[in-house]
Amino acid sequence: MISGRCAACKSQRRKCPPDCIFSPYFPPNDPQRFACVHRIYGCSNVGKMLQQMPVQMRAQAVDTLYMEARWRIEDPVYGCVKLISQLHQNLGDTESELAKVKALIAFHKLQISQVNELHQPNLDASQSNIVEQFQFDYPAQNHYPWFIN
Amino acid sequence: MGGTSPCASCKLLRRRCAKDCIFAPYFPSDDPQKFAIVHKVFGASNVGKMLQELPAHQRADAVSSLVYEANARVRDPVYGCVGAISFLQNQVSELQMQLAVAQAEILCIQMQHEPAEPVAVTQNPELDDSNPHHQRQQPYYLQNEQYLNFASSSNVIQDSLQRESFFGHDMVS
Repeated sequence: MISGRCAACKSQRRKCPPDCIFSPYFPPNDPQRFACVHRIYGCSNVGKMLQQMPVQMRAQAVDTLYMEARWRIEDPVYGCVKLISQLHQNLGDTESELAKVKALIAFHKLQISQVNELHQPNLDASQSNIVEQFQFDYPAQNHYPWFIN
Repeated sequence: MGGTSPCASCKLLRRRCAKDCIFAPYFPSDDPQKFAIVHKVFGASNVGKMLQELPAHQRADAVSSLVYEANARVRDPVYGCVGAISFLQNQVSELQMQLAVAQAEILCIQMQHEPAEPVAVTQNPELDDSNPHHQRQQPYYLQNEQYLNFASSSNVIQDSLQRESFFGHDMVS
């Protein structure tokens, strides 16, 4: 029966067996999905990748392969890596902006505490809190995954 | 006949490395792992086609990004680079939240102590000059390649990559 083939088998012009590894993830009504993935990764590589992972993870894997394939087709030079690079940049910019604002907060608090001390000289405890303001909740370096320097 | 050694791709594929081999400039024989990983994920034939469709001056960058993606996919076969993107977006959101809290705090301080000189955080010239980030919705431009070591730099941004949001939920968990 020809109708009932998944998009992968249709594209490869072959019979779609009942245990076809592609058919749950490449329905016949979305040929573009398989076409993208096939163009970038190749049918055989995708099949091997799917075979090497547990069944319950395959749908997610195909979704991410499809996303990356689309990005690569839209931008053949950088693919999704450009977005990663931009996010790194974004992260660095936001981090430095946050550091500046926190420094400004500390500066203001120090000013206020100095003014207060002029009027009430016994407020030493407020100054010891200033240094803590410099710390923020960024994850420690050794918690970063491999794609963060 | 010269004794030039075949490139990493021709070595792996066990074929003669032609003078005009498309892989040779980007997959030197002293780094076999680089081609091995790209071949494993994309396949030599697909990589060759992709390189052929690009002008020569863009191929080095394309190979770098393919190697990066291939490494990501090997480390995380389910999520690949998408996992990294999701993580980074979460990190950025979290930091932006902290930044909003900090900016609100400084406004509070300024309002509580009116006689102090009002310093508008967003008017900091360092922020305005050195990065466009003061308007968070503006697209970003590749300003440095410290992570990805591209041979060339490019200012071309595709807004579809910026606006496209696949990450309404945390994909990694």
